[in-house]
Order: sequence, then C-alpha cells, then structure tokens
Amino acid sequence: MNLNLDYSFLTWGVVSAFFTKGLIFSVQLTLVAMIGGIVLGTLIALMRLSGKKWLVMPAAFYVNTLRSIPLVMVILWFFLLIPLLIGRALGTELSAIITFTVFEAAYYSEIMRAGIQSVARGQVYAGYAVGMTYRQTMQLIVLPQAFRNMLPVLLTQTIILFQDTSLVYAIGAYDLLKGFEVAGKNFNRPVETYLAVAVVYFVICFSLSMLVRRLQKKIAIIR
Amino acid sequence: MGNWDWQVFLQDTGGGQTYLQWLMSAWGWTLSVALLALIVSLVLGSLVGILRTLPNKVLAYLGETWVELFRNVPLLVQLFIWYHVIPTMFLSLRAVPSFVLVVFALGFFTSARIAEQVKAGINALPKGQRYAGLAMGLTLPQTYRYVLLPMAFRIIVPPLTSESMNIIKNSSVAFAVSITELTMFAMQAQEETSRGIEIYLAVTGLYFVSAFSINRLALFLENKVRVPGMLGGGK
Repeated sequence: MNLNLDYSFLTWGVVSAFFTKGLIFSVQLTLVAMIGGIVLGTLIALMRLSGKKWLVMPAAFYVNTLRSIPLVMVILWFFLLIPLLIGRALGTELSAIITFTVFEAAYYSEIMRAGIQSVARGQVYAGYAVGMTYRQTMQLIVLPQAFRNMLPVLLTQTIILFQDTSLVYAIGAYDLLKGFEVAGKNFNRPVETYLAVAVVYFVICFSLSMLVRRLQKKIAIIR
Repeated sequence: MGNWDWQVFLQDTGGGQTYLQWLMSAWGWTLSVALLALIVSLVLGSLVGILRTLPNKVLAYLGETWVELFRNVPLLVQLFIWYHVIPTMFLSLRAVPSFVLVVFALGFFTSARIAEQVKAGINALPKGQRYAGLAMGLTLPQTYRYVLLPMAFRIIVPPLTSESMNIIKNSSVAFAVSITELTMFAMQAQEETSRGIEIYLAVTGLYFVSAFSINRLALFLENKVRVPGMLGGGK
C-alpha cells in the first residue's frame, strides 16, 4: 500500500475559491428541496388519503412513477424537458432545485402518509365532534401530530437527500463534490481531493444522523 | 414536441450497430452491474449484519463502524474513491477494469443497508430462540445457522426486495466512470441524435421493466420459502 498524500496546496484561498461555493449550493439545494418537498409531499399524502378516486389516482401515479426511476434519470429528464416547456434554457442550478423538490416530494409524501395514518382515528372524530371542518381537523389536530411523529424519519430522508445532491454531477452543476473535483484537477491532486470530499460528506452526514438519533430518543420519551 | 421519431433507434451509431442494439447492450451492462453488486452486498451485508448481533463487543463495534462508514458518504463519492484513490494505493489493482470497481462500490455501499436489515431481522426474533438453541447444546455458529438465520432471512425478504430494486436504480451512477450502462447510453445517444425524449423514454421504460421483474421474482421467492402458519403464510 502506498499513499503519499500532499495537502500542501490547501490554503484558505483555495478553500474559499473552490469549496465554499459548492458547499453553499449543496446546502441550499438540500434546504429548498426539503421544505418544498415536505409541503408538496404533505399535499400529495392528503390526496392519497382523501378516498376520492380522482385525487388518489394521480397522487399514487406521481409517487410510484418517481420512486421507480433512478434519480440521475429524473435529473436528466427535467434538464431536457424544462427548456422545451418554457422555451428557454434554465441554468443547471435552477434545474436541479426544481428536480429535487419534485422528486423528493414523492419520498416525503410516503413518510407523511405513514405519519397521518399513525394518528389515532379518534382524534379525527374528536375534531369533527367539536364542529371543526376537514381543513381545521387536518391543520390543527392531525398534521401537527403526524409531523411530530415523523420528524426523525423526515430528517433522515433529508440526510439522504443531502447525499443525493452529489448526483447533479450528471448535468455539471457546481456542488460540493464538483468544487473538490475542480480543485483536484487544477492542482493535479485528485486523490487528495476525493478523499477530502468523502471526509467532508461523512462528517456532515454522521453528525446529523447522531443528532437525529438523539432527537428520536427525546421524542420517544415525550410521547 | 409533438412529432415522434422512433426510427432513431434504427439509425447507425457510426460504430457498425444501431442505437437499438446499443440500448440492449447498455441494458445488459446495467443488469450485470446490478446483479453482481447485489451478490457482493448480500454476502457482505449478511456478514456485517450478523457481526452486529454477536455477544462479542469488539466484533459488534466493527460492524457498526462499517455501516456508518458506508452509509454516510454519497454513493457517487464512494465510486470515485474506488476508481481514483484505491488503484493508486494498491498498484496491483491498476489493471482491474472499471466495471469490477463499480460492482464493488455499489456492493459495499448497499452492504451497509443490507446489514441494517439483517440485524433488524435477527433482533426481531424472540430472545428465547437464541437461548433455546444454546441450551440444547448448539454452538453459537450452529445456533445462527440452524435457528436464527433461517427465520431472520424470511422476515427480511420484503426490505431486501426493495434494496434489490434500489440497486438497479443506483447502478445508474456507473455513468460517472464511463460504463456504457443505460444512463450513460441515455446521455450519449441524446447528444448524438438530439432525440432525447424517445431515448429517455426507452431507457426509463427499461428501468421500470428491470425493477418490476425483480419485484415479481422476489414475491415468488417469498411465497416459496414461507413457513406455513407464520408471517401471514399458513396456506
């Protein structure tokens, strides 16, 4: 085994020139897709649980289709289709943000569906019994509990989402991975930069999953 | 957008084959990467999963570390490590074709998820089963082989099925190291022919077919190995 690592090229200038931009985009993409995905996913989950065929069918189609296509293909599809639909090219970054929001909504909706189903039926009846409308029952009683029960799972999915953002490589968007790769090519130190980016991803994802685990224990006690 | 041109698949790629033939060989690459990686991940994942349930603390800790390591780094980054870093560390691995490296990258990545399922399956069994095995005079390996694992693996067939379907989807990252599997085909053929929609539809369709076939196969297997009277079996 021979491994001569040389990180001498690594200065603050290099870090801010190559890595910061990529990290910011990866985090931005994760946060936007998380918030957009959870909102859209909750609506889709409500559609699937509505019991009305004309709502259930399209929602189920949406979720099942997106969940059976590789994310890379979905990224490529949107990158191809969005310019055809709006008539002009959209940057890789914006295209990635739209793709991830739409794609993650399918996964978040499955989590929210399980969360809504985990709320006891009596809660819904209680809401109706005190004269609340469907909307009020959902908004004030069911969704807050569903959201709370599913918080650890939603966050775990977000960690997976953060890892998956590296797949924007397929359309060449400048994310965390790309930043390190470009630096590796520029300084002719690809081995060092690939190792470094793996460590960065590991540290971020591992600490987040530790936090989620702690949160899970906390929530389990309160319930 | 309206006019289809499916004849694009009969065009010559310039290399003496049609795009349809190329598509089929790309499908073959996707399936081979996925199936070989599935074998690697099942073997490794079972081993690591079992390690994590052993009474030996050191071995259990080793298993935990393995899982955290392969679960917290994106698959694409792991693939680059296999492709760019490992061959410079071990010079003897320079000659290994990138196809093999992809199989290992995907197999190791998925082994962490399978280890998680295997551990859950073993822990789902009542503790008494382990004690009963040991009380009857079976050694620990025998207890695993004859008592715990046969039940644990039956329990985890459904999650393993979805992992197998994930492996087909995840094999798409192989495009990044120039394996001409379906995703790579989609990118290149789209560029060459400018018939992106037809090409992408065909590729997406093949991914559907592959994942669906695995799903059916697993369902068949699940019924085949079901213990009568248990786990919703009892026919």
